[in-house]
Amino acid sequence: MADALLAVQGLSASAGEKAILHGIDLEVNKGEIHVLMGPNGAGKSTLGHVLMGNPAFTVTGGSIKLDGADITEDDVDKRSKAGLFISFQAPVEVPGVPLNSFLRAIVAQHEELDLKGKKYKKRVAEIMAQLDMDEAYLNRELNVGFSGGEKKKVEMLQLLLLQPKLAILDETDSGLDVDALNVVSKAMAAYREECDGTILIITHNTRILEHLPVDRTHVMVKGKLVAEGDASLITKIDAEGFEQFGHVEETEVLRSEDDPFGGFNVEDVLADAEAALREADAKRASESGEANEAGAAE
Amino acid sequence: MCAKERSQVADIDRSLYDFTKSEEGSERLDAGLTPEIVREISARKNEPEWMLEHRLKSLEIYHQLPVPDWGPSIEGLDMDNIVTYVKPPTEQKSDWESVPEDIKDTFERLGIPEAERAYLAGVGAQYDSELVYHNIQESVSELGVVYSGIEEALEDPKWEAIIREHFMKLITPDDHKFAALHGAVWSGGSFVYVPAGVKMDFPLQSYFRLNAKGAGQFEHTLIIVEEGADLHFIEGCSAPKYNVANLHAGAVELFVRKGAKLRYSTIENWSKNMYNLNTKRAVVEDDGVIEWVSGSFGSHVGYLYPMSILNGAHSTCEFTGITFSGAGQNLDTGCKVVLNAPYTSAHVDTKGISKGGGIQTFRSSVLVTEKAEYSNVAVACASLMLDDESRSDTIPAMDVRAEHVNVGHEASIGRIGDDMMFYLMSRGISEAEASTMIVNGFADPVSKELPLEYAVEMNNLIKLEMEGAIG
Repeated sequence: MADALLAVQGLSASAGEKAILHGIDLEVNKGEIHVLMGPNGAGKSTLGHVLMGNPAFTVTGGSIKLDGADITEDDVDKRSKAGLFISFQAPVEVPGVPLNSFLRAIVAQHEELDLKGKKYKKRVAEIMAQLDMDEAYLNRELNVGFSGGEKKKVEMLQLLLLQPKLAILDETDSGLDVDALNVVSKAMAAYREECDGTILIITHNTRILEHLPVDRTHVMVKGKLVAEGDASLITKIDAEGFEQFGHVEETEVLRSEDDPFGGFNVEDVLADAEAALREADAKRASESGEANEAGAAE
Repeated sequence: MCAKERSQVADIDRSLYDFTKSEEGSERLDAGLTPEIVREISARKNEPEWMLEHRLKSLEIYHQLPVPDWGPSIEGLDMDNIVTYVKPPTEQKSDWESVPEDIKDTFERLGIPEAERAYLAGVGAQYDSELVYHNIQESVSELGVVYSGIEEALEDPKWEAIIREHFMKLITPDDHKFAALHGAVWSGGSFVYVPAGVKMDFPLQSYFRLNAKGAGQFEHTLIIVEEGADLHFIEGCSAPKYNVANLHAGAVELFVRKGAKLRYSTIENWSKNMYNLNTKRAVVEDDGVIEWVSGSFGSHVGYLYPMSILNGAHSTCEFTGITFSGAGQNLDTGCKVVLNAPYTSAHVDTKGISKGGGIQTFRSSVLVTEKAEYSNVAVACASLMLDDESRSDTIPAMDVRAEHVNVGHEASIGRIGDDMMFYLMSRGISEAEASTMIVNGFADPVSKELPLEYAVEMNNLIKLEMEGAIG
C-alpha cells in the first residue's frame, strides 16, 4: 500500500556483530491497531527500538518510511518530531530533572502542538486526571523511584501529550501487572479517540488486547515475521502458543532495575555471551583434536 | 517551581565573562617577588607596622616552603612573571556613579549593581588588587554590622585590634607555600563583623574581578559571626582569558561563634589561564553552623579544599560542592573537616563533572579526633564523565579516633548513559540539549542550595561548558 503511515521494507538490524532482525516487511495504515507478538528474545522490542532509531543497533538493510518520508537515517529526536513515539518497557530514571520541566522541554520540541503557558498547564492537568495521576508527580524527578505502574503512567502521559502519528507501545511484560495494564488500555482508548491514533503494540501477553479492536497481528520468531493475520490470530496463539510457528526456545526473562531496556537487551547480551561460549567451546574442541600445544598449555 | 524559571533562562552570551578592559591609569608594580615589592605594597596601604612585619616574615617562609607535589602540576606558573599588585585607577567608592566608567561597566555586565538593588544587604567589588566599591545598607550598619575592606578597617584602632587577633591565625603563613605568598602580598578583600544576636535577612556579596594580564589576586576575607548571629556571605569571581598565566591565591578565614550560623557561597568562574590556589578555613564553636556552597567552573589549575574545624560541641558543617572541569582544566577540589568536639556532625555532598579531556579530582580528608565522641560524618561524592578522554578521581581520606562515631562514605563515578540519551531524544530533545539536561539534573542538588540568581548563573555556566561537548 503506497500510502501506509508506516512502511518498513526488508529491514535488517544488528547489535554489534550479532544480527537480530532479518528482512522485516511491515505496513501500518493510519488509525489501525497492529499487534506484534512473539516469544521472549524474538527481537520484538529490538524492532521497536530500531524504528525509533536507537543507536545501540545498526540498520544493515532495508528502509523505514513514516508518512511517506524515509526516516531510516534520521536521528532519534528527528523521528520524534516526525511523529513517531515509543513507550518504553522500563523507562530510565533521570535524577534532578523534575517531570514538569521535562514535559515542558518535550512540548517545546513539538511546536505544532501549540501548548505554551496556560494551555500546557491545562492539557497536562487534563491528562493527569484521565490517568488518575496526582499532580504532585510533576515536582518529582523524572521516573526516579517510581514504581512500574507509575512509570507506565508517565509514559502514557507523554503519549497523550505529544499525540504522535504512530505510537509503538512496548508492553512485553505489561500482562504481569494489572494496574499497568489498565493504564495502558485507558491511554490507548484516549489516544485513539482524541487523534485517531495509530498503534503498534508489542506484547506476548494477550490480556492487554482483550478490549482492543485489533486490525492486524504479526508474529515474530527469531528476528523474522513468520505469520500475519487478523485479530483471530491472537486467539489462536492464546490457545496453541508460538510453537506452531516453528521451534521456539524458551528463554528466561531477566529483569533488573539497572537494565534500561527491561529485559530484552539482557537476553540479547546473554545470547551473545552464550553464542561466544559455544563458539569458543567448538574451537577448543577442534584444536584439541589437532593435539597441538594449545591443549598442553591448558 | 524554581526549575521552571531556570529552564527559561536566555541563552548565555559568551562575552559575559570574557571581556577585557584597558589597563590605562592602573599602576602595576614590577613582576616577581622581592622584599622591596612587599615593602612597596605595604607602604601604599599605609598599614600598621605589624602588618609589614607579617608580610616580610611570610615572604621568608614562602621562599623556604616547597611547591606542592601531590596535586595537579603548577609548572606553568612562574612567580617571576606574576605581577602581585595592580592598583586600579580609582579609590574605593560607595556609590557606583563615582566608579570609573570602564570598571563600572565591568561590574554592570556581571550584574552586580543590579543584584545589590534586588536582594543584597551589602556589596564589595574588587578590581585587580584593590576594592573599587564597598557599600552596606544603612539598616544593616545600624545593627552594628561591619562590612568593609580590611585596609579600611585597619585604620580604626578598635577593628585593628580585632583583625590583628584573627588575621592569618586560622590560615598561617607556614600552612603551605601559597598561604605564605598570600601573607606577603595580600591586598583587598573584605572584613565582616556581625555582632552577637544579629540575624541578617539578606546576604552580603563580594565580587572579585581580575582584569590585569599576568597578574595575581590575593584578597583576604575575614569574617567573624558572633554568638547567635546569622550571615549569608556570597563570593563571586571571574576574569577574562589571557594567553599568560594569572594567579589567584586568596585566603578566607571564618570565625563562627557559639550558636552562630554562617553560609558561605561561592561561584568561581576564573578564566582558563588562571591558577586558582585558594585557601578557605572556618572554625566553629558550640552549636555553631558552617555551610559551604561551592561551585568551581573556571581556572586552568585549581586547588581548593575549604576546611571546617568543628571545635565546639554540637557544631555542624555542611559542604555542598560542584566542580566542572572542561578542556585544558585540571581541578582538584574537595574539603577538609576536623571534628574536634562531641556531638558534632559533618555532611559533605559533592558532584564532579569532566568533559573534553578535563581532569577533576575530589580530594577530602576527615579527621574525627578523640574528643569527638557521638559524632556523625557522611561524605558523598559523585562524578560524571561526559566522554572517554576526561578523567575523574576520588581521593577521600578518613581518620576516626573517637568512640561512638557514625561514619558514612559513598563515592560513584559514572558516565551519561546511552539509554538515558535515547530516552530523552526519543521525545524530540536534541543530543546537546539532552546531555545538558542530564548534567543540570546531576548538578541539581547543588543549585538547590544556591540563591536563585546564582542557580541561574550556575545553570548558564553548565550550558556554556556543554556547548560543543557533543560530537
